[in-house]
Amino acid sequence: MIQVSNLNKEFGKLHVLKDINIKINKGEIVVIIGPSGSGKSTFLRCLNLLEEPTDGEIVFEGASITNKYNDINKQRQKMGMVFQQFNLFPHMTVIENITLAPIKLKKMERAAANKVALNLLKRVGLEDKAFVYPNQLSGGQKQRIAIARALAMAPNMMLFDEPTSALDPEMVGEVLGVMKELVTEGMTMVIVTHEMGFAKEVGSRVIFMDDGRIVEEGYPKELFSQPKHPRTKDFLAKVL
Amino acid sequence: MDFSFMHKYYQFYIDGTVITLLLSFFGVLCGVVLGVFLALMKLSRNSMLKLLASAYIELVRGTPLLVQLYIVYYGLPKLLGWDFADLTLGIVAVSLNSAAYVAEIIRAGIQSVDKGQMEAARSLGMPHRTAMTYIIIPQAIKNILPALGNEFIVLIKESAIVSVVGIHDLMYKADTVRGNTYRPFAPLLVAAAIYFTIIFGLSKLLAYVEGRMRTGDSSI
Repeated sequence: MIQVSNLNKEFGKLHVLKDINIKINKGEIVVIIGPSGSGKSTFLRCLNLLEEPTDGEIVFEGASITNKYNDINKQRQKMGMVFQQFNLFPHMTVIENITLAPIKLKKMERAAANKVALNLLKRVGLEDKAFVYPNQLSGGQKQRIAIARALAMAPNMMLFDEPTSALDPEMVGEVLGVMKELVTEGMTMVIVTHEMGFAKEVGSRVIFMDDGRIVEEGYPKELFSQPKHPRTKDFLAKVL
Repeated sequence: MDFSFMHKYYQFYIDGTVITLLLSFFGVLCGVVLGVFLALMKLSRNSMLKLLASAYIELVRGTPLLVQLYIVYYGLPKLLGWDFADLTLGIVAVSLNSAAYVAEIIRAGIQSVDKGQMEAARSLGMPHRTAMTYIIIPQAIKNILPALGNEFIVLIKESAIVSVVGIHDLMYKADTVRGNTYRPFAPLLVAAAIYFTIIFGLSKLLAYVEGRMRTGDSSI
């Protein structure tokens, strides 16, 4: 579904991503873990070009999105993204947040878009919040709305950038619950997270990143119980 | 204190107030239109436009309004070879000055919107322009309007400076009354009272509008 070859990213003199190569297939749940500053968020943000790679190629559904003649807006509609800080649009109600992109980009009728939105709200358990503004919601509710907003474009793949890191502990569960449901529906997902339990439970593949490189990857069970690389061992010893 | 001169001269103050209001209103209006263009230039990706706008803004902010007024008042007719009404030249000078400040207000308003908003919009597949129109600008306006109101108030006060080139605004008229009546002080108090009434009334009005905007908006 997405293939990354020799991806490099530099911020000035800082070399944040070093020769990343990875192929993610349809239906995979790829969980990326690693210490702060290891480049995992930057890597995720390169996948939909929120960060422009310095070098390398990314092919998504057969299109080279790093090609400068490519119109990334087309592929972004197929890759939903969920942010650590939710980034809901504060001047719009929940339902407007969800319907804006389908109406403006897919030229969907408002009535049809509302129907899709209400269905999604039901899925994330917030159908009673359709007409409130984001500031009246808790962090966990905001994040579930943010997931619904991304799903409204009917993406083929979802990118999660530390979706539970800004939440109070008691709200983490509700967001992870929604994500687990997506897993059972067969959504392709790339998740950057510090929730090791969740990574172990839902991941089909875990990637450990450190210092801008993929240090080790494998099945969650193996990687968590028998890490091979000393850096992975060191990291897991600290977080588990 | 004796204000009996007002019987004879009240019309002077009315005329002067009308000119001051005209000058400020059109000054702010043209200032905003020009300011929007300058802000767009400054935020554009074209480095030439960016440089031009920045240079203009820095020049205007780095020189006194009085100097700018003289340059426009004496320079513009000479440069173009046309005759302008005094008031027109006053409006041009004030607008050119105000545009620089308005541009900065707009730029700051747009840049104050959290950058996560643009990222969220773009991640959904919105082109830059769509994201600006539906996400960034509606949020920026809430930051811009109050600051723009302040700019209007500042401009009314600063417009008194046009009296030095003989534009018949409130300040000029007050000076005329002083000359005619040989009373150095009282005519100025009347002018001050009028300025204060206008500005105090306006700032109350702006505060009210701002308050309404805040209650109507449940978004913060």
